[in-house]
Amino acid sequence: MPTHPSPSPHHTRATQALLEGLGLTGARGGRTLFEEFGFRLGPGELLQIEGPNGCGKTTLLRILCLLALPEAGEVRWNGMPAEEVRPDYLAQLAFLGHSPGIKADLTPRENLRVAAALGTSPTHGINGVEEALARLGLEAQGDTPVGELSAGQGRRAALARLSVQGARLWILDEPLTALDREAKQRVEALLEGHCGSGGMAILSTHQSMELRDTAVTRIQLGATVRAGEA
Amino acid sequence: MWLWFHRLASPKHFYRVAERLNPWLGSATLVVLIVGLYWGLVIAPPDYEQGDSYRIIFVHVPAAWMSLFVYAVMAGAGAVTLVWRLKVAEAVMRAAAPLGAWFTFLALVTGSLWGKPMWGTYWVWDARLTSELILLFLYLGFIALQSAMEDRRTAARAGAVLALVGVVNIPIIHYSVEWWATLHQGPTVTKLDAPSISLTMLAPLLVMALGFLLHFATTGLIRARCELLEGEARSGWVRELARRRRT
Amino acid sequence: MVRAFAAILGRDLVLALRRRGELGNPLVFFVVVVTLFPLALGPAQETLARIAPGILWVAALLAATLAMEALFRSDFEDGSLEQLLLSPHPPALLLLAKVAAHWLATGLPLILISPLLALFVNLPGQALPVLVATLALGTPTLSLVGAIGVALTVGLRRGGLLLALLVLPLYVPVLIFAAGAVDNAAAGLSAAGPIYFLAALLVLAVTLAPPATAASVRISLG
Repeated sequence: MPTHPSPSPHHTRATQALLEGLGLTGARGGRTLFEEFGFRLGPGELLQIEGPNGCGKTTLLRILCLLALPEAGEVRWNGMPAEEVRPDYLAQLAFLGHSPGIKADLTPRENLRVAAALGTSPTHGINGVEEALARLGLEAQGDTPVGELSAGQGRRAALARLSVQGARLWILDEPLTALDREAKQRVEALLEGHCGSGGMAILSTHQSMELRDTAVTRIQLGATVRAGEA
Repeated sequence: MWLWFHRLASPKHFYRVAERLNPWLGSATLVVLIVGLYWGLVIAPPDYEQGDSYRIIFVHVPAAWMSLFVYAVMAGAGAVTLVWRLKVAEAVMRAAAPLGAWFTFLALVTGSLWGKPMWGTYWVWDARLTSELILLFLYLGFIALQSAMEDRRTAARAGAVLALVGVVNIPIIHYSVEWWATLHQGPTVTKLDAPSISLTMLAPLLVMALGFLLHFATTGLIRARCELLEGEARSGWVRELARRRRT
Repeated sequence: MVRAFAAILGRDLVLALRRRGELGNPLVFFVVVVTLFPLALGPAQETLARIAPGILWVAALLAATLAMEALFRSDFEDGSLEQLLLSPHPPALLLLAKVAAHWLATGLPLILISPLLALFVNLPGQALPVLVATLALGTPTLSLVGAIGVALTVGLRRGGLLLALLVLPLYVPVLIFAAGAVDNAAAGLSAAGPIYFLAALLVLAVTLAPPATAASVRISLG
């Protein structure tokens, strides 16, 4: 089955939605970036946020991570306001933003161990470190400090963090930047595996992705296009 | 009552109420301050020890009271900012800071002017003056933080945390400075406040304190209105207001 | 939760060891500032002994303040700080782990070198244990309170001077009680009172500062 670029998320609402955005309005420095943005996301689904630079993709993702406050609207997890169930929600959330979230002075292996310890199931996470390294093709670089790796390898190490955190929801801001073709395929495989096992992902990217078995919803973000309404 | 508070929390409504209150508060400030000053400087009897130089307390003491009161207002508004994220509370907090700093500064200047006839020098490391000085530093830190942050709402919430941290610290600082003053007590330390104050002096003092309070309310509301206009410049009601003023 | 605390503490200590070069900076600063006083005041032993507690504590306080600035900077730049907020564990606890690691790396060395500096400024010998005790109780308080200021200024480009402006007034009680205790001890009096106060301030700071720091980090990243 090819990816189906459906204009509205309602086409994919076959399953129970776990994450919902209701009437989200985002602003940066007093300027409104998007208004009345809404969406629903259920297990196994992937949401791709598209739009030109400066349309508020990063702001939206940070609002969904509860890192930024929306001007209006609400993020709901399991039918509850996410702020109210913050620890439960965050336990199910892994975020990769513009900055990698790993330390350059530590090796990928050390970084992943710390990430696992901060996650919900540390033991499971630490056991998954080697597998996560292998999945992103970093077996050989496991003990080299991240700062000495190439930009693409560093990015892959940051992506490997996602799988040791044991979260159901991945929120990724431009995960494909600085990745070569082969690494991009690995990330696609990672996303397919994640969504295939009931996970969810929201990501912003300019690139088109080849995901065969995942229900992908694409949403255009912008103050003029009020996606998700109706 | 609750509804009234709720309406007051909207910037538009607060602005209107403040606009209507301002002329009344302003006139009341003027009247009370004139009465207080005349009473304190002319009618009240001279002190039997300090003569006329004690009269500076009619400015010094209210300014010192206000310096603490305004910080409490800031911290209260800060708590509301953090809990309910009210723009009005943010505006009140930011409006209060420079006023509080001025009251503190005034208390310091008048305190040191008073010190000259009493101690023969403009500055003595007296416990009260030292506490006031540190309070001034707290105000200046708050103001510096506000001007360093670009996003107004982030700045307001950061300032709210700082104001609350400050308000927890003020009693500790005050106590530690008192302890420090007793530790290093010199031979001629006199307390700034008279041990007992006669009614003829207390009454004008209280009138002056009321005048200072009214002055703070007046200027605070004017400044809060400016803050709201700046912060809400893009919203409908400010545009509407600007349009009506122009025509 | 303990595991997450230990993970952050361990990570930051490893990072501090990997950047050994930076570890010495506050220490050298401490030594240099203390050296400046005899140069400014003259080498007269009695003068120095009289103001030794003040010199040592002001220098330690400035060194601690300067070191604070780096507390969250690299974590802010590489996104580790937002990851802390996204952990299901209470951010106040994880930030406390960071402050603890930072104190072990920058505050503890100040304490260890203080006897040498006490010698420099001719601090009476009986005051030395009190000096060490006040540093041990006082500098963690400075780190905890300072962390709030660092968290508030972490997103600003030139936060260093502003940080000092924000936190130095808050450091006044620690300075007063600590220097007062050493002063008392140097004069042969009991230093127990101010030391108890320092301990109380530390307890207060451990309880109240981490939640305020967490709130500040959240605001700065928002």
